[in-house]
Amino acid sequence: MSLISVENLSLDIYGTPILRDVSFDIAQGKVFGLVGESGSGKSMTSLALMKLLPDGARRSGRAVIDGRDLFALDEAAMCAIRGNQIGMIFQEPMTALNPVQTIGDQVAETLVVHGVAKRAEALAIAREKLDRVGLDGARFPLDRYPHELSGGQRQRVCIAMAVALRPRLLIADEPTTALDVTTQAQILDLLRGLVEEEGMSLLMITHDLAVVSGLADHVAVMQEGRIVEQGPTEELFRTRAHDYTQRLFAASAHRPAREPTVTDEILLTVEDARRSYALPRRSLFGTAPKLEAVRGVSFTLRKGESLGLVGESGCGKSTLTRAILGLEDLQGGSIRLFDREPVKPGMANALRAGLQVVFQDPYGSFNPRWKVSRLVAEPFHLMPHPPADARDRVNDALVEVGLRPDDADKYIHEFSGGQRQRIAIARALINRPDLIVLDEAVSALDVRVRAQILDLLARLQETHGLGYLFISHDLHVVRAITDRVMVMKAGEIVETGETEAVFANPQHPYTRQLIAATPTIPAQWQMQEHA
Amino acid sequence: MKRLPMTLVAGALLTAVFAVAALVSLAWTPHAVEGMNIATRLQPPGADHWFGTDHFGRDILSMIMVGARTSIAVAVIAVGMGMVLGVPLGLLAAANRGGLIDEVIMRGNDLVFAFPALVIAILITAVFGPSAVNAIIAIGIFNTPVFARVTRGGALSLWTLDYIRAARVAGKGAGRISIEHILPNIANLLIVQGTIQFSLGILAEAALSYVGLGAQPPTPSWGRMLAEAQTMIAMAPHLAIIPGLAIVLTVLGLNLMGDGLRDILDPKLRRAR
Repeated sequence: MSLISVENLSLDIYGTPILRDVSFDIAQGKVFGLVGESGSGKSMTSLALMKLLPDGARRSGRAVIDGRDLFALDEAAMCAIRGNQIGMIFQEPMTALNPVQTIGDQVAETLVVHGVAKRAEALAIAREKLDRVGLDGARFPLDRYPHELSGGQRQRVCIAMAVALRPRLLIADEPTTALDVTTQAQILDLLRGLVEEEGMSLLMITHDLAVVSGLADHVAVMQEGRIVEQGPTEELFRTRAHDYTQRLFAASAHRPAREPTVTDEILLTVEDARRSYALPRRSLFGTAPKLEAVRGVSFTLRKGESLGLVGESGCGKSTLTRAILGLEDLQGGSIRLFDREPVKPGMANALRAGLQVVFQDPYGSFNPRWKVSRLVAEPFHLMPHPPADARDRVNDALVEVGLRPDDADKYIHEFSGGQRQRIAIARALINRPDLIVLDEAVSALDVRVRAQILDLLARLQETHGLGYLFISHDLHVVRAITDRVMVMKAGEIVETGETEAVFANPQHPYTRQLIAATPTIPAQWQMQEHA
Repeated sequence: MKRLPMTLVAGALLTAVFAVAALVSLAWTPHAVEGMNIATRLQPPGADHWFGTDHFGRDILSMIMVGARTSIAVAVIAVGMGMVLGVPLGLLAAANRGGLIDEVIMRGNDLVFAFPALVIAILITAVFGPSAVNAIIAIGIFNTPVFARVTRGGALSLWTLDYIRAARVAGKGAGRISIEHILPNIANLLIVQGTIQFSLGILAEAALSYVGLGAQPPTPSWGRMLAEAQTMIAMAPHLAIIPGLAIVLTVLGLNLMGDGLRDILDPKLRRAR
């Protein structure tokens, strides 16, 4: 029995086609997964169902729920449906809550707005719902504010808001993408439990095949505004009839061919690194408490080696990264490249030239007002004189990362996310450093682009004998690209070893927890391997 | 940017009318501004004197044109002074965000903000004598913290971006980063703020001249024209209405232009239109 059926949904925004003939049914009490890369139209599909489309959108087709076509309803009727019949949660729990309202008020508001309860009664229901999503009354009273909660806890509040009126359909748009793996596992459990207990249907939108495989009954794969393939999850995952689905699967399981040429020469030595921050004072005369972000971290990285650093947000890996890049002082211990002077802010340019970095966000990594030639050439600042063949070297670097020399005269907005990440790598390579810090460098990319970038990184490592410090929260990626891995928790390295050994036989309980929490596609579904 | 916003077009046209009037007045005015002619005094607007004449028989159109020159010159120099002082202070504060220098600069700003601007301007001109130059200095001082704040605010959000970190990894210091990366990316903020401060500068100049502390006679000034018209408002209302309209329309034009510029320069607002 289908709860909602979408028929031939098409959408244009200012004349640009966004969706074409999207049709699917979501069954009562089932989970429907919508998978696709960014820009494939998955979020627009959900916004079309909620009629929350941006300006300039023109839509055709039908979305029938209870024999009524949602698209034929006026705004007032739609307001009655939003929240009541259809609830929604978003990707970014940090901005989905109003920071000046308590969590109790925000959950209760839905009930009051829809006129099902008076305020006092609504607050009582809000309490129940918050208990249901795992925020118990003792630790999370209704008068908490969003800033007092972590990301995962905020996402729970968002879920409580969305399910407060027991909607028949819950739309979850990348609900766990911004969360750590262990938190993600908890939120997915919670959603699964809600669907089972409340008989609610769930439209789960995600780019992550593994998340869908563990949650959805039905899956649809979207590409460029069309559904290219849909069916029961296991069947679809096993057969992969459509060419695009196959490519998506191949890319998400992709492991670059690596022949690491690790030498014995020690490239980076971190010795007992320590760094703490003063927290706000709790009382007027008390001493300020300290947050020990990095607590005595020691490790070495050899020339040509690729070393992974995994850990969840707040574990201190960002602080450690900044210290290794010489952007921040340490309070104890030292960081050295080879046997040179210690790395620190204000170190000599010649020393700094051995280090480069690629950041996560391909959109924030470049000055929008510079041309690519100038962006890529920025590290030449580290040389006493800009090289005479600077332009040739920029062109070479662009060719090396798979771009064309005439791309140098373009501005950064003319490039896609994956191309920008290639430009970031070209910038990191231009000075021929010894160590490149890859700070979540592929986390923001779609799976197919990520596979290409990983291949590129593997190839460059071989040709240049680079050392990589690969920082990521994504265990699949770390497993694919690193020789050794370190697991960091609360400012300390809790486990370190050969990557395969650590993944196959994790020793520390935290490592085991991380590996267990990482969603994976069941191994037996992968058996029928497609070329 | 296919279509310019209406506000920008309207604002730019209004502003252009006064800018052209000011420029033309350098070479030519319909009548000599300083030429008194008691015989034709207090004439209403007519064929010979389009905007009429004042109590000394001077041509009001000519005075408005030269007055536009005074107003624009004072406001441009004052805003320029505010930018030249304020922007580097703001960049410096942002580069040292959270540090002592930031604290000193921003608290200094608060201090300047805490004084009522016009009262202090009156004090300055009263102590150093009324003149256009002193009016410029007074208005410029109060423009400084405005630009320092706007600069710091815009720069702070940029300092957290990855391309700034990449520049630091490339060994660039705070000064170079401020000039190469930060300044070009907050230029739009400064242009918009500049137009708005410009209109405030014109108002401030008019106010100072009104109380006799701005440009001194015989240089015509809109504010003083208003002040002189005050006693004759019943006999010759055009004496007050015309300079009043000049002030209102210039300020309106500049504000509309500032709004329009913000619409096309700020990508965050561009889509919301």
